[in-house]
Amino acid sequence: MKLILKIWRQASPKDEGGFQTYHLDDASQDMTFLELLDALNEKLIVEDQDPVAFEHDCREGICGSCAMMINGRPHGPGEETTTCQLNMKAFRDGDTIIVEPWRARAFPVIKDLVVDRSAFEKIMEAGGFVDVDVSAVPDANTYPVARRDAEEAFDAAECIGCGACVAACKNSSAMLFVAGKVSQYALLPQGQMEGLQRAWNMVAKMDELGFGSCTNTGACEAECPKGVSLAHIARLNRQFLKAGFKKVGEEKN
Amino acid sequence: MALLDSKIPEGPLAEKWKKHKDSLKLVSPANKKKLDIIMVGTGVAGAAAAASLGQMGYNVKVFCYQDSPRRAHSVAAQGGINATKNYRNDNDSDYRLFYDMIKGGDFRAREANVYRAAEVSNNIIDQLTAQGVPFAREYGGTLATRSFGGVQVSRTFYASGQTGQQVLLGSYSALKREIAKGTVTMYERRQMLEIVVKDGKARGIVCRNLVTGEMERYSAHAVVLATGGYGTIYFLSTLAVNSSGAAAYAAYKKGALFANPSFIQIHPSSIPQLNDYQSKLTLMSESLRNDGRVWVPKQKNDKRAPGDIPREERDYYLERRYPAFGNLVPRDIGARAAKERCDAGYGVGETGYAVYLDFEDAIKEQGEKAIRDKYGNLFDLYRKITGENPYKQPMKIYPAGHYTMGGLWVDYNLMTTVPGLFAIGEANFSDHGANRLGASSLMQGSGDGYFILPYTIGDYLADEIKNPRLPIDDPEFEKAEKEARERIDRLMNINGTTTPLAFHKELGKIMWNHGGMTRNEQGLKEGLKMVNEVEERFYKDLKISGSTGSMNQPLEKALRVAASFEISRLMLRDALNREESCGAHFREEYQTEDGEALRNDDEYMYVAAWEYAGDNKEPKLHKEPLNYKYVTVKQRSYK
Repeated sequence: MKLILKIWRQASPKDEGGFQTYHLDDASQDMTFLELLDALNEKLIVEDQDPVAFEHDCREGICGSCAMMINGRPHGPGEETTTCQLNMKAFRDGDTIIVEPWRARAFPVIKDLVVDRSAFEKIMEAGGFVDVDVSAVPDANTYPVARRDAEEAFDAAECIGCGACVAACKNSSAMLFVAGKVSQYALLPQGQMEGLQRAWNMVAKMDELGFGSCTNTGACEAECPKGVSLAHIARLNRQFLKAGFKKVGEEKN
Repeated sequence: MALLDSKIPEGPLAEKWKKHKDSLKLVSPANKKKLDIIMVGTGVAGAAAAASLGQMGYNVKVFCYQDSPRRAHSVAAQGGINATKNYRNDNDSDYRLFYDMIKGGDFRAREANVYRAAEVSNNIIDQLTAQGVPFAREYGGTLATRSFGGVQVSRTFYASGQTGQQVLLGSYSALKREIAKGTVTMYERRQMLEIVVKDGKARGIVCRNLVTGEMERYSAHAVVLATGGYGTIYFLSTLAVNSSGAAAYAAYKKGALFANPSFIQIHPSSIPQLNDYQSKLTLMSESLRNDGRVWVPKQKNDKRAPGDIPREERDYYLERRYPAFGNLVPRDIGARAAKERCDAGYGVGETGYAVYLDFEDAIKEQGEKAIRDKYGNLFDLYRKITGENPYKQPMKIYPAGHYTMGGLWVDYNLMTTVPGLFAIGEANFSDHGANRLGASSLMQGSGDGYFILPYTIGDYLADEIKNPRLPIDDPEFEKAEKEARERIDRLMNINGTTTPLAFHKELGKIMWNHGGMTRNEQGLKEGLKMVNEVEERFYKDLKISGSTGSMNQPLEKALRVAASFEISRLMLRDALNREESCGAHFREEYQTEDGEALRNDDEYMYVAAWEYAGDNKEPKLHKEPLNYKYVTVKQRSYK
């Protein structure tokens, strides 16, 4: 099939960037979206042009590397699908496809479709862990966890850190990302001790790094490739509120 | 041979590790602060080791090529992680896991290492649970388990079909905690190109900053490679497309021996290749064979829909050939059995190279919900890729390259033959022999990372406290950076017509056809010639556009492909040398009457470790004999 690709090209963070149009005449519905970009890049390389930079690794929807806006939607059309899992059967012969990087102040463009998501790393370092040393821990069965809690914690923990929630949000908020971690640990006995501190610190870090506020539009949930639920944001809000009442923010870390 | 001193401690099997730990030198807290450790790779092993070493007080510098340590390919492990908790009261024990692994590895792994891996397995589950890893639970709140191939107990802990993701995120979060504390410094988006060796010891690395294109030098008292395997030499595999053996190869060139390169696991159940555009294959976890039944039609070239084939006209060939283990035979056996049926003309699907994995009976017995609870995400994944609904019709599966048991030779302390250079996780060769059992890679990676390397590395570092940091303007750093630059310039200046990806595809096809599921002398020799031919063309006709001074993904790829040629040759040579069949290494000339692997214990009961002898020179073979004191060596039987 024939396709017209309008792809955001930006040589460096300081470059202004802009769309470039590419005509692909031999695309196939059997390709995945990334294989389509591979095919385009093969041509560009041979023509001595700089290929389109994009991130990808596992190509099975779990590493969270691939990240692009396709026709205005994070990871393109399709429910709970990462770009690497997006099948070209979702498109028709003659389609024009617009491909952009994530757009968010906290995710500056590095090159073409590659953005800097290190803000997520900093949020994680602010509290995205259980404060436990390696070794002196009790037997795994010491603290039972109700099956439904374990399953809900797993649903929260399924987040792949791709950033689609931020890209989808009109405020560029990272609430769903933060909520995934806070909620996972809030549901398990292991994460209780520092639970409120965690919620407070991660939200504070998110604000500091230039992510916007959450206004509960639910775009993040709709576009999350792993279907992480908005309910986790509600749990985060409860934790955060409790942290506020307990004046956790005034405690020393 | 002094070179291959495996340093296996004396004493009874079950006491070796304990005694050894007591004999290892310690480094005082004040001295740990003066010691730097470089960790390359952030999968389960690398992240766990970095977090543990940071917590102990060392200065740790961690490197990965991705934008975040959380993306390492451990993330894609699906089925589970083994431990000998005996929570099911099914008479499990450290010895049984040890025995299963030794037997599963077809008697080509070290007894002492394997026993230690089993011994630390319970600590791992405790540790991960304490980190908040959301393992599956029973209704009563205790941890759930399931069975895996090659075993008769239920010892595999899991988090749906995303155990690797959850286990990795556990060690990633521990790593984040140490980064926040300042004990670990993280360097993302770096491709390691050279290991710096000074006075015979590993003292640093040179890497390329993938954003700026600049060369960077980092110095340390020890370097640890946690860089995974080299399974992408087949091009199509279940691995991440950027996984490669390039780091291990850099170590090999600096004198680290490369052990058993021909032992590559072909996993029996991956979604078959659907078309020529495909860039990777997706695994369908072995755990599915707990409930799924594998079959092909009894009639050749049967084109009927699976539902139209009556039960008595189906050949449940694994249950037929291996009644004791049935669908849960080890991976190498399951893979070859599928190939045998397809080669004989009984395969299904458009190409005839697929077999059915059928859940009809399980859904009838347990209900769709129970199956969804156990494998929901895998079923969704399958449906997304193939467009078919596995709740209604059987999955179609076929074997694919998956894991490399071979890797850098290490002693009991996980140190390579280069002092100060360690290898952990899939990057080393030590625990899986000629075939890895399911759910033991997360186990080995975590064990190496949390509980083994952090102790053994101290024994080496205790003697390094007097050595100051090696300045990065040392001539050895200059030399290493120069070599890396020359390699890059050479690739950039060829200016031919063929892309790195095209070369990789070509190499992959050769390796799959000549060094894949079954091998023979003629094919291996042909393969060697063909690899040489493609490599020659690579250095004449490679095309990379863009510049070295910024992000250049084709260049990154070309550097990986360049290393893959050499690893491929090493792998073919090793397969040629090993004139027997064992585990995943199946030489067609050496099989029993009913098509099982035929070992030659008299001549090949050894680890084959290869030493780099210079470019265009035959590598030198060293042998580490294997001794079995605690198991009876016999032909593997799963019948």
